[in-house]
Amino acid sequence: MSTPQLLPLATDIGNPALNIIIFGLFVVATLAIVVRASRNNRTAADYYAAGRSFTGPQNGVAISGDYLSAASFLGIAGAIAVNGYDGFLYSIGFLVAWLVALLLVAELLRNTGRFTLADVLSFRLKQRPVRMAAAISTLGVCFFYMLAQMAGAGGLVALLLGINGKAGQGVVIAVVGLLMIVYVMVGGMKGTTWVQIVKAVLLVIGAGIMTLWVLGKYSVNLSSLLGAAVDKNTTAGENILNPGLQYGLSGVTKLDFISLALALVLGTAGLPHVLARFYTVPSSKEARRSVVWAIWIIGIFYLFTLVLGYGAAALVGPDAIKAAPGKANSAAPLLAYELGGELLLGIISAIAFATILAVVAGLTIAASTSFAHDIYGQVIKKGTVSADGEVRVARITVLVIGLVAIVGGIFANGQNIAFLVALAFAVAASANLPTILYSLFWKRFTTRGALWSIYGGLASSIILIAFSPVVSGKVDAKTGASLSMITDPSIDFHWFPLDNPGIVSIPLAFFLGWLGSVTSKEETDVDKFAEMEVRSLTGAGAEKAIQH
Amino acid sequence: MSDTRSVGDRDLATYREVQAAPDFTELRRRFRRFVFPMTGLFLAWYFLYVLLAAYAHDFMSTKVVGNINVALLMGLGQFASTFIITMVYARWADREIDPVAERLRGQIEGGER
Repeated sequence: MSTPQLLPLATDIGNPALNIIIFGLFVVATLAIVVRASRNNRTAADYYAAGRSFTGPQNGVAISGDYLSAASFLGIAGAIAVNGYDGFLYSIGFLVAWLVALLLVAELLRNTGRFTLADVLSFRLKQRPVRMAAAISTLGVCFFYMLAQMAGAGGLVALLLGINGKAGQGVVIAVVGLLMIVYVMVGGMKGTTWVQIVKAVLLVIGAGIMTLWVLGKYSVNLSSLLGAAVDKNTTAGENILNPGLQYGLSGVTKLDFISLALALVLGTAGLPHVLARFYTVPSSKEARRSVVWAIWIIGIFYLFTLVLGYGAAALVGPDAIKAAPGKANSAAPLLAYELGGELLLGIISAIAFATILAVVAGLTIAASTSFAHDIYGQVIKKGTVSADGEVRVARITVLVIGLVAIVGGIFANGQNIAFLVALAFAVAASANLPTILYSLFWKRFTTRGALWSIYGGLASSIILIAFSPVVSGKVDAKTGASLSMITDPSIDFHWFPLDNPGIVSIPLAFFLGWLGSVTSKEETDVDKFAEMEVRSLTGAGAEKAIQH
Repeated sequence: MSDTRSVGDRDLATYREVQAAPDFTELRRRFRRFVFPMTGLFLAWYFLYVLLAAYAHDFMSTKVVGNINVALLMGLGQFASTFIITMVYARWADREIDPVAERLRGQIEGGER
């Protein structure tokens, strides 16, 4: 970790050396755990699904670690600090979405599948085309999600290590990416899961301490904290407590808000890296217990971020946050510095780094499993490849995905990450969720329906994003600066008015799944359907845990 | 794994028999009669909240106690309802689904050997 010292240090807050030491300690500790955990990695089920040997509570903590990304911590706290109440919607959507996973997806998926989402979707349909489609959408969702995490890494680096140059930030993004590659290649799912668990515990404790600290400053009175946040905000004032500051400007922004809400609530149950976690427990009962644990941890954490967001608004102030490198994403670290000086800043930043690292590792293992097991093992080699061969391909894929993540992260550097993650949710809700629900609950669902729904949802959501103001043509009304990914304001090819495509692409994908099925002559495979339905509800024939 | 079996296999026929058996249809009915209405309920409550936040600013901005307004209380209400539904479902599934599912599973897997 000596690279950053070669780069110009220009930060005015915090102590980069201290930040690096604390982060280094985390890396050493987790690497030791990963190496220990990897000693038992023998079979494909070990590498992909941690031998299905985690308990419900352990997996619940790991799910929280996987799910509480930089978007949840830095992004939401920043959105609340800057945009007030509208930032709170992200937490609510991210949390309520878990009920879809709990009630409709987690247990049934655990009982029917083996390693990937595609296992379930192709269960009673034509294997190869459906598996291919599901694998492609898995890779697509993981890519968008990863972009968001890596962008967060860039912003954080800017603030913490005082590296303001894009090149220097790029180097640190690369270091984060390489570390993640080591974790996943060495540790497989088991190592990755332990990294998630350690990180989740640290994150919840860190955020909890800051929350109590902030509340303590206002004699444990939420109302006076909100009052202080109002006083500190010279432009919006009272409005930061009300909905509409960010999304209430016009009819279009209100529609955007609804589109975002839809994508958030339906996205979680379609996220491949979250679904993969259900395979790491021995039974559907444990899958249920893990979701219950995850909902409590995630819910409590989001209550913390509400306090942290308004705390940053009150103690740091929106102007200082917007002016900081990393902009809104810096709200939580700046608050830590305000409360506990260099040491707390160092600890919180190390936790934020760990968060990014762990989530990227989770995404990578899901994506590489899907590539090796679905595309290589089942589609290309038609199931003739040995499990060892598949795992070898999975490890190589990890390397490739890691490099893609590094390059993508360098490009996405500087975007608000909660917002980028919301795009990944829109893609997941459009491409994956309709097919998951149809294949679990609708007997007449066919291969054509699945392909139309997956490809239609994937293509429509990505095309609408490409031609939305997110990519080009969004200009700050006051300063004239570009707010899009393409920062040259003269390039403008957007025609879709909304930032989030969910309100169009999600209903479209549901419609295509229905239309493809009713127009298809394919007969329902009654035997496979019976097997899937019986297995999903009773757990008969489900994959068991591996004993070592 | 399932995809190595072909249609006409002995234990696929068993799955079809199980699917048609009254025990199983009752389990499926019980499961769906809980999760579908519950899903409808929490989605309706969530979208009611989202629509109010988008289109009823004045109502949502009404102060209740100090600086705590309706919007904040309704947002916290979403948290509360999520926690409650989670606990209710987990208890219900432990009691109403697991025993039946385990019994059927034992029969199927026992019959396969």
